[in-house]
Amino acid sequence: MSFNPRFNLRGAWSIYQRELMRAMRTAFQSILSPVLTTSLYFVVFGTVIGARMEPVAGVPYGAFIIPGLLMLTLLGETTSNSSFGIYMPRFTGTIYELLSAPVGVAETLIGFVGAAATKGLILAAIILGTATFFVDYQIEHPIYAIGFIMLVTASFSLFGFILGIWADSFEKLGIIPLLILTPLTFLGGTFYSIDDLPEPWNTIALANPIAFLVSGLRWTFYGTSDVSIWTSLGLTLGFLALCTAVIAYIFKTGWRLRE
Amino acid sequence: MARVSETILKIEGLTKVYSGAKGTSVKALDGVDLEIRKGEIFALLGPNGAGKTTLIGAVCGLVRPTAGSITAFGYDLSKNWRSARARIGLVPQELSTDMFETVERAVTYSRGLFGHPPDKERIAEILRSLSLYEKRDSQIRELSGGMKRRVLIAKALAHEPELLFLDEPTAGVDVELRKGMWEQISALRERGTTIILTTHYIEEAELMADRVGVIRAGRILMVDDKSAIMQRMGTTEALITLSEPLTELPSAIAAYPVTLSEDGRELCYRGGAVSAGGAGSGSEEVASLTKALIAAGIDYRGIDVHDSSLEDIFVDLVSGKEGA
Repeated sequence: MSFNPRFNLRGAWSIYQRELMRAMRTAFQSILSPVLTTSLYFVVFGTVIGARMEPVAGVPYGAFIIPGLLMLTLLGETTSNSSFGIYMPRFTGTIYELLSAPVGVAETLIGFVGAAATKGLILAAIILGTATFFVDYQIEHPIYAIGFIMLVTASFSLFGFILGIWADSFEKLGIIPLLILTPLTFLGGTFYSIDDLPEPWNTIALANPIAFLVSGLRWTFYGTSDVSIWTSLGLTLGFLALCTAVIAYIFKTGWRLRE
Repeated sequence: MARVSETILKIEGLTKVYSGAKGTSVKALDGVDLEIRKGEIFALLGPNGAGKTTLIGAVCGLVRPTAGSITAFGYDLSKNWRSARARIGLVPQELSTDMFETVERAVTYSRGLFGHPPDKERIAEILRSLSLYEKRDSQIRELSGGMKRRVLIAKALAHEPELLFLDEPTAGVDVELRKGMWEQISALRERGTTIILTTHYIEEAELMADRVGVIRAGRILMVDDKSAIMQRMGTTEALITLSEPLTELPSAIAAYPVTLSEDGRELCYRGGAVSAGGAGSGSEEVASLTKALIAAGIDYRGIDVHDSSLEDIFVDLVSGKEGA
């Protein structure tokens, strides 16, 4: 048997497959509930209220909020899914297998994050498909959109991974998405353009990192954004690198994983 | 059977200190040296909290050693851990499995995780050997406790490990199943798998193990062949019920390791251990003792003789009665 002593590709692939399988098993929670939630947003903000709104930056309001709503769901779902993915094995004790297996931080992350990015794309496709029932929109830079969505889901699955290792109770597991992610996304220009905010609110809003993500995704859709796409991309890559470094450090020290 | 001289696992000076709250620290392992030979069944005995599970965890990657070195298959575990772990299997003490997964999928996942290509036939064979094949499509949560434990064993065997750790494999398993598990462990050994098991059931170690190690408070007290331990430390106990009570020990039998009970109705012989300077043949000595009694005109109504089991030796050892 050939076993690569530096990288266990089969191990990474097994984790990837298993994580996707887990999502399929909980398809209702992972797919159906975000679709339902976003549909409600589209009905209320897109169709009912949106009809009374002025276009924002030349984009009809119903279409304008799509990238923000998509980001809202992606961030929440990816973070909670990935944090559960690592917290549950710790909680039930099944993590012993991962820790005793010939897989290191690279295999683990490729498996977990790869699966999260895949799930993110599937979820995005479903939400965007749902959106066509409520509003008319088109995507100006589809390749960038796919790339950006993958990048964001990968980053936030890493973030969720850290959360799942840090949390020592279900309460802590839920508190970050609830208290930080959702408010920041709401205030991050999901429902309005940050450019329309008067000073000093405009500057304050730009201190919210999620505003850059929403803005970046909106650029891939409509070619307009509050901040440069490159700033958004750079920030996301930076966040990805930071999370990866933190996880590499966690694996190195064994914090909350190995006794 | 495999040669029993080759060392498959070598542990040197292994120490693990857990730092608790308020600056306290607990030494779970204290300079453990241990060598495991290829193809043997090694039983690690010790009371709760002795460090058995920590020792296994250190080899399997669940515990980060504070000091010391572990070498498996010639690989230093702090460096070539991937290569070493790929050949080691672990069945944990806790029944922790992914409850919603089906048996077959869980076992297939384990095989992949340890770097092996999928092999449906091999998985089916493992499931059959553990009487799980009929349950392969059942979710693990639907299974009984004994079956869940067998699923854990199947998962550990999925990558065909050469070294298998069984942490309390028969804890909470009924007598029937326990016997079945012993048979399975023997079958694994026949195939050349080296097995290290921890157990509370001394009977289990007595029945299965080639060698036994006793651990207490993080230190290995003794490692030896089971038969050697039995011979070296085993004692014979004989209880002689007298017809007439005695007031003091008769001088005719004073040379024997005998004590008189307080009421004077019973003589208790305890001896025969090599370690205690005995001949290793307690029953012979008891026979000569009874002859001496009759010669001295002391009558008795009954004799109850028994050789100490590994359990007696173990209890003595961990309670610190006999320094090994």
